[in-house]
Amino acid sequence: MTEVALPAPTRQPVAPASGRWLPVLVVVICILLLWYAGAVGLNAPQVTERLNNLGSPWGWQDLVSAAWAMERPVLPAPHQVALDFYSSLVDNDIDSPRNLLFHAGVTLSATLLGFGLGLLLGVLLAVGVVHSRVLDRGLLPWIIASQTIPILAIAPMAVVVLGSLGYPPLVSKAVISMYLCFFPIVIGMVKGLRSPEVLQMDLMRTYSASRPQLLWLLRLPAAVPFLFASAKVAIATSLVGAIVGELPTGAQAGLGARLLQGSYFGQTVQIWSALVMASLLGVALVGLVSLAERATARLMGTQP
Amino acid sequence: MTAAASPKESATVSANANATANATANANPTANAGVSVRPTRFKLGAVALFAAVMALSAWILLQVHGSGPRAQDMPILWLALAGWAVLVALTLNRLALLQQPKPLRLLAPGLLGSALLFIWEVGVVGWDVPRVLLPAPHAVAQALVTRWDVLWPDFKQTAIAVLAGYAIGCGAGLAAALLCDRVDFLKRGLLPLAGLAGAVPIVGIAPIMVMWFGFDWHSKAAVAAVVTFFPMLVNTLAGLAATDAMHRDLMRTYAASHNATLAKLRLPGALPFIFNALKINSTLALISAIVAEFFGSPIYGLGFRISAEVARMNVDVVWAAIAMSALAGSLFYGLIALMERGLTFWHPSYRQ
Amino acid sequence: MSSAAPAVVVRDLSLIFQTADSPVTALSDVNLTIERGEFVSFIGPSGCGKTTLMRVIADLERATSGSISVNGMSPEAARLKRAYGYVFQAAALYPWRNVLKNVMLPLEIMGLPAAERDSRARQQLELVGLNGFEGKYPWQLSGGMQQRVSIARALALQPQMLLMDEPFGALDEITRDHLNEQLLRLWEATGKTVIFVTHSISEAVFLSQRIVVMSPRPGRILEVIDNPLPAGRLLDARESTGFAEVAHRVRLALRAGHSYD
Repeated sequence: MTEVALPAPTRQPVAPASGRWLPVLVVVICILLLWYAGAVGLNAPQVTERLNNLGSPWGWQDLVSAAWAMERPVLPAPHQVALDFYSSLVDNDIDSPRNLLFHAGVTLSATLLGFGLGLLLGVLLAVGVVHSRVLDRGLLPWIIASQTIPILAIAPMAVVVLGSLGYPPLVSKAVISMYLCFFPIVIGMVKGLRSPEVLQMDLMRTYSASRPQLLWLLRLPAAVPFLFASAKVAIATSLVGAIVGELPTGAQAGLGARLLQGSYFGQTVQIWSALVMASLLGVALVGLVSLAERATARLMGTQP
Repeated sequence: MTAAASPKESATVSANANATANATANANPTANAGVSVRPTRFKLGAVALFAAVMALSAWILLQVHGSGPRAQDMPILWLALAGWAVLVALTLNRLALLQQPKPLRLLAPGLLGSALLFIWEVGVVGWDVPRVLLPAPHAVAQALVTRWDVLWPDFKQTAIAVLAGYAIGCGAGLAAALLCDRVDFLKRGLLPLAGLAGAVPIVGIAPIMVMWFGFDWHSKAAVAAVVTFFPMLVNTLAGLAATDAMHRDLMRTYAASHNATLAKLRLPGALPFIFNALKINSTLALISAIVAEFFGSPIYGLGFRISAEVARMNVDVVWAAIAMSALAGSLFYGLIALMERGLTFWHPSYRQ
Repeated sequence: MSSAAPAVVVRDLSLIFQTADSPVTALSDVNLTIERGEFVSFIGPSGCGKTTLMRVIADLERATSGSISVNGMSPEAARLKRAYGYVFQAAALYPWRNVLKNVMLPLEIMGLPAAERDSRARQQLELVGLNGFEGKYPWQLSGGMQQRVSIARALALQPQMLLMDEPFGALDEITRDHLNEQLLRLWEATGKTVIFVTHSISEAVFLSQRIVVMSPRPGRILEVIDNPLPAGRLLDARESTGFAEVAHRVRLALRAGHSYD
């Protein structure tokens, strides 16, 4: 039951570059338009009330311009968010708590520390699972089952407990991030370490390769693509862990803290700016992992 | 949970042990193949070890919970624990080899999990770990029972949010995927954005949702819906694209319409991908709803309970709430996995 | 040959693919007429255009110049009228359907009522010798049996034409021989037009009445060889001298087309 590869050459015409970014651009523009419209719609009740209180007659242009310039809008207009974001970065010193970069830095440090620890733990566990039958049959089912448990729910408690033990918040956030991101790493690495074909393993056996040699020469290189795929998921999860870790303790620094503050004081625009920063951070981190992946592929020779 | 060693069972164990020994040899080239010799003895040995572990564990528990001297001061307890660890390792080693019949596969993880629980209990009680730091398992079980009157409404509140958000998010994701399938321009525009959304901490929209939908479960359901939308969209599109060119050509030769091809070929073929998303989303929805409750909630909800009781340092109630969410999450996931088995029985991953 | 209109008429057909680097001429000025009820083989090395030509007949590709008519209509019209059944190199069965449901697939799309679908499907399965396997799933069958199901499915629509693209290429030789014989008997019993793509010389000579030898760069027809062997052939015919002569002619034609360079 062999699969026969059809010998057809690639026949699809390659999409021109404009065919790839044009749809995205159009969709983004549509989203922005909907956003502006939504801002008017959602802010209308408050705005109409205020305009009515002013006494003088008003038209729809007043409504629209007021809806897009409220101080505590239900839905801030895109340019409001953009301006607040920009001014927070530019108008403040980089280590001032008014600067989003400062908060981003706090969250980033916890994310990276947690990611690094999770990566280490995950790789070690994966190597252990592949080489020890006891770990494979006894521990791996629990690791898989842990995926179904809402681990993030432990975050507040872990932060409080570790805080009362005297550990700085960075460590407690990093521990949560580590716990969240080691799971995709373990699963991905185990798949990767087991991915070499039976034929390749047999070949190594004919060379009487020892287990460490097998690991270093065959399993680890084969596992690299799997590692990077799960690293992208892991780093995004690590960021979520760091943000959630900032919620319970009334932390003053960090993007999660900023989100919480914004929600307590009703500062909608602040919430949105913090969200934008968090999104940019997430995209940048995943992008970094992709870059690392491409660099490694070039080093390993799998890509020119 | 004893492995009864009846004659016909031992025959199957030996035959299957041979097969599994050969199978594990591929994954573990230097694994020992030695279960084929005297399987009854092997099983009896496992039973004996297990009985020894149980007996020793019972003795240790009694000592620790008793009113005698503190654990640190009892050198014999250290000795007992060391012996216990060795016995557990030996038993695990044997249990890890038992593969058939299928229920026996649960023995090794079962023992490991119970051993961890045991260490937790003994460690906390025997070494007088402060309750606020880490409560003993029996304290958590107690809290679960005594505070059930509060925990159950909490659970219901969160459950509604999770289920509603899950249904809306997955449904919308599926519908959007079908729409993108029809309109290629939309697919090329939306898919990269949906991929980016995976990098974004979407739970951050929780305060905004609270602002829009109020403190009740609706805002939590909204967060869960947004979080589950994107994996569903991406996975369904991947599944719809996964059909062979050959299969699509075949449909062309039947002059089948787009809808017929969708219904008869592409959707059934996409089911493994769709279930992958459904499984991921089951845990994502639960986590998002709970985290969203950290941002603001009426006085119910598992997330609310966790953050409130953490503030009051009632850590055993917190753990009880966490245990409830863990159980609920596992059941939800297990249910979806069962459905997946029923509907995608034909997938190569189910055939050995 | 029957006096009815020919099944396929190809005139000066050319097909040029626009790939990323440069245009590829898959077919160049192909002229061919296939009568109804004929068994014709296309043979040649990879890249000679034999599969492409069949795909053009099946309306799975469009020619860039020239004309082609299938049953007197354009290939598209013929496809919409479900004039042919297509058999691929791989069985392409749906793993979520059992054998019977797989054979019923085209009938479902056609919209036939359930009872008729059932009886027709069972009929075709019996024709290929697989009655008793209706409830099995594709992965429970061997490669040869899967291909037989695929053939039964192609026959389910009761088309006038069968287009087969190296259907036995993935099977071992013994199964292949067996299926070749079965196919020949099937053709003799049903009288359909069969276009068969292969790169096995003995298969082409054993099965067909005419052998169309093609060569690559650009894809074109080198020669059309009439097969003088008598009808009702059995597998033993492969050992006869007549067989060897025809096979030799085919090999000469292939060599002339630089197929062995």
